[in-house]
Amino acid sequence: MGNPMRIRAKLDGEVVDAKVLMNHAMETGQRKDASGALVPAHYITKVIASCNGKTVLEADWGPSVSKNPLLGFRFRGAAAGDTLSVTWTDSMNDTRTDEAVIG
Amino acid sequence: MIARHRTRAIAGLAFAALTAASSIVLAQPEDDPVAEYRAMMGDDNPAEFWVMRGEALWSEPRGPASVSLEQCDLGMGPGVVKGAYAHLPRYFADAGQVMDLETRLLHCMVTLQGIPRKEALKQRFGDGARESDFEALAAFVAEESRGQVLDVPLDNPAMEKAYALGKEMFFYRAGTHDFSCATCHGQTGMRIRLQQLPNISEAEGARAAYSGWPAYRVSQGEVRTMQWRLQDCFRQQRLPQLDFGSQASIALTTYIAHNANGAVMDAPGMKR
Ligand code: HEC
Repeated sequence: MGNPMRIRAKLDGEVVDAKVLMNHAMETGQRKDASGALVPAHYITKVIASCNGKTVLEADWGPSVSKNPLLGFRFRGAAAGDTLSVTWTDSMNDTRTDEAVIG
Repeated sequence: MIARHRTRAIAGLAFAALTAASSIVLAQPEDDPVAEYRAMMGDDNPAEFWVMRGEALWSEPRGPASVSLEQCDLGMGPGVVKGAYAHLPRYFADAGQVMDLETRLLHCMVTLQGIPRKEALKQRFGDGARESDFEALAAFVAEESRGQVLDVPLDNPAMEKAYALGKEMFFYRAGTHDFSCATCHGQTGMRIRLQQLPNISEAEGARAAYSGWPAYRVSQGEVRTMQWRLQDCFRQQRLPQLDFGSQASIALTTYIAHNANGAVMDAPGMKR
């Protein structure tokens, strides 16, 4: 299920400028809690962004990405009013998809 | 993003080398990596997730009394959140004392929702294992004052007393290192490690220090409140633990907020 992302996508000439703020703990599996026990790893492993049925970004992530990460990317081939869809999957097999209309 | 950052930094250095005379000025943005980081994040601040949670918490019936905080009076009447943070700390007649935002939230949790004080304080600061309601609620309330001008007048004896006490504490040297707050925050343009420390005894520095709190602390991945900031500076000063909602913590906040009057509130902000 995960927590909602905040996606903003703006058309700048022919290029869409996308910013995706994700709400995720991104636990590395190496941190210890107050009692000294390892906090289990829990991080995003895959991010896929698509627009008009085409994948515009696919990324393999690991534990070195920050907590609550911000992903910025640019792509061509979309028009204002199209929908950008972003999906992440994490190391506990949780997944979340959110969408935004390109403005 | 990192690659882009590096490119810009290298371009900046090359330019500085070509124009040696102006290299000091050009080097300045490099001296404030936190400001640069903030600029790269633009309008995207993970604090937004705390604001969302705080907004939901505000209207959710909770505690033994099973009521929401919608009757909580933050100083502008029960339930009024808009603009309230720009006028805190203030004197609350119903409590007979000056309160800052976090203390007032605690007061409402105890008096309205019936949550025992000790219970409520357990989650005053969040960590990976436990979320803090204070941090979420404070983020939400602060967001509702974004863009407003901070106005914390010393308009009654209790406020005057709180300010005077806060000022005295600010300059009071104590502890193993004989530091006062002013040792680290009483000079303009100085820094510790990479942190440029604002001169909180002056309006400009106080505004810079105050207007962005509560803030998302990138190094912790959490929203922190001014109560958190102050207790952490007590630790840095090697003083005994500063209690959440204590008279001392409220007095210091009153001192900083009054000095910062006129600031345009921009919280929740983003800090190192
Ligand atoms: C040993 C030096 C030291 C002392 C003493 C100290 N602080 Fe700090 N203070 C810091 C540092 C370092 C930071 C910034 C930390 C960071 O950015 O990670 C800071 C940050 C702050 C901030 C936030 C500033 C901003 O721009 O966001 C406030 C407010 C503050 N301190 C208040 C106080 C008060 C009040 C006292 C006295 C009770 C105090 N400090 C004592 C070192 C100190």
